[in-house]
Amino acid sequence: MTRLPGWVEYGVLPLINLLMAFTVAGLVVALIGEDPFAALAVMINGAFVYEGGIGYTLYYATNFIFTGLAVAVAFQAKLFNIGGEGQAYLGGLGALLVCLAMDAWAPGLLVIPLAILGAALFGAAWAMIPGWLQAYRGSHVVITTIMFNFIAAGLMVGLLSGALMRGGQSNPESRPIAEAARLPFVHDVLGALGIEAAQSPLNLAFPVALLACVVVWVLIWRTRWGFALRTMGESEPAARYAGINVPRMIVTAMALSGALAGLMAINTLLGAQGKVTVNFPAGFGFTGIAVALMGRSHPVGVLMAALLFGALYQGGAELDFEFKTITREMVLLIQGLIILFSGALAFMFVPWLTRLVERT
Amino acid sequence: MLKPLISGLAAALIAASAFAEDFKPAVVFDMGGKFDKSFNEGVWTGVKRFTDETGVEVMEFEVTNEAQREQAMRRMVQRGATVVLGVGFGQADAINAVAEANPDVQFAIIDVSWLDQPNLRQYAFKEHEGSYLVGVAAALKSETGKVGFVGGMDVPLIRKFACGYVQGVKETRDGAEVLQNMTGPTPAAWNDPNKGAELAQSQIDRGADVVYHAAGGTGVGVIRATADAGKLAIGVDSNQNGMAPGSVLTSMIKRVDVAAYDTLKDAMDGEFSSGINILGLAEDGVDWAVDENNEPLLTDDIKAAVDAAKAAIIAGDVVVHNYEDDSNCPF
Repeated sequence: MTRLPGWVEYGVLPLINLLMAFTVAGLVVALIGEDPFAALAVMINGAFVYEGGIGYTLYYATNFIFTGLAVAVAFQAKLFNIGGEGQAYLGGLGALLVCLAMDAWAPGLLVIPLAILGAALFGAAWAMIPGWLQAYRGSHVVITTIMFNFIAAGLMVGLLSGALMRGGQSNPESRPIAEAARLPFVHDVLGALGIEAAQSPLNLAFPVALLACVVVWVLIWRTRWGFALRTMGESEPAARYAGINVPRMIVTAMALSGALAGLMAINTLLGAQGKVTVNFPAGFGFTGIAVALMGRSHPVGVLMAALLFGALYQGGAELDFEFKTITREMVLLIQGLIILFSGALAFMFVPWLTRLVERT
Repeated sequence: MLKPLISGLAAALIAASAFAEDFKPAVVFDMGGKFDKSFNEGVWTGVKRFTDETGVEVMEFEVTNEAQREQAMRRMVQRGATVVLGVGFGQADAINAVAEANPDVQFAIIDVSWLDQPNLRQYAFKEHEGSYLVGVAAALKSETGKVGFVGGMDVPLIRKFACGYVQGVKETRDGAEVLQNMTGPTPAAWNDPNKGAELAQSQIDRGADVVYHAAGGTGVGVIRATADAGKLAIGVDSNQNGMAPGSVLTSMIKRVDVAAYDTLKDAMDGEFSSGINILGLAEDGVDWAVDENNEPLLTDDIKAAVDAAKAAIIAGDVVVHNYEDDSNCPF
């Protein structure tokens, strides 16, 4: 099979897949008696136009960038890390502990970087254990990471409804962290610069996410370590023959992956919510798998896919507002179709496209 | 001279029409979704009754993640909602912030009692009192002296249900044993009927013959498993006696539907009041359910004992321990 030119593989193919997904989703919308084009207009309006809409879109995209990068890094090493959910949860614990210990007396400029570091370290540690188990004990990460999601959930519920629970109320959640230890909201930053912006949970975790994209790109494509990682992903025997310490690479790759997933927590804890609540990763860790699949495990692709999923999340919520017949389950169905066509069936049109390209 | 007069008149007219027509209620369901067979659905029942009786449409939204709670409430206000009803303690901080930012809009929230806003009405329930009553019934009905409890997600609120139930059982029957299981640590525990059935079955295998659940959608499995095994279940939140007639001993009902209905009705009639409403047995906020489905199961002794317990709790002679007071269950 001849290889497709880059612009077809990374430009045309995803667009065709997306178009297919939207067509099928549109048919479903029509089936329940709503106008699919009106629904699409509502989604686009909700995701980008209405005041605050774009802020929410980018806020969700921030979560998806972190969890998508986490899965992408592991994919480059042919490791299937589906524990992003638990790693993000534990990342929340790491950042929270830093904040609880220091936010009363230390300035934000000290607490915030340490909290970010705490999130990354805890996420990394939580992913390293399954990594170590695969590298040295042969238990597959797919099994162990998903089990670690449950352990993380159990641990966090225990802590949040026990030792770390905020008093005087019944929701299992931590106390709010001090205002000084929080990442500023983008609308506040813009307001200080004299630009009027609608209120949204978008905060400075977003630029951190963009920075993470750059760092991942440099690490994977411009360092010896990244070369070794990709070599291992292509062929483990070849990597071993080339003298790469494969078990150690597995552990470090998982650590980087977990650190990125853990960073998702700063968007919630240091940004939007200012506290850790039960189940705050809310499935973003799992959707990160779809984001990485769609983004072909490349930071640029992950960024684009994250923006798309952010828009779907936000625009989808708007559908729920606007139409009585479109419930949140319908929105989930539409998102599921996009994952199906861009993830699972991503290469469905490749033979057809190849023939088309070869003919010209 | 004339201009202020006209604008004053216009303002008065607008105010009048706003009073007459611009009543726009909204409800924001929480993550369980409005058809969770339990808590959210109870609210939905109340909202539906309101719509059926008054013909007023209620705007609805079901949140799917944390950030959406505040967003949904702000969106409702932007869309002209005059009263916004929040569901569940997870929405407490969101409604607090939005209520503060919109003093002209009325807000209400269910399962919260610790906020302080002049335009916010709060409802909380004494679930431990209702659980005590069904504990009394379970203790008297059990032949083995062992009864079970299956909780949903392991959070303090559910331990409150469990603790009241255990107290009711133990104060009714000496030496009675209560087997307790929680379904899990994630919100999936609210909607896992298979796991619920397994837990109920394991409790039955260990000798329990009455199993109380406080587990939302998971409880459907608890009720089915106990019915299949020829034992008895106790329902929660809504009246679940009809889910397996003859196999559900009773249900601990929590009248969230009344709270939802009252909020909307009061707001519509201009009688909205803020403040904290804590509803227990005395206020008919919680109760046990008796209807034609479980009537044959209840002997006169059981009915008399439960009614006596209810009277004693209302009179203050029996104090049911609230787990949330000290995060501890002494029984």
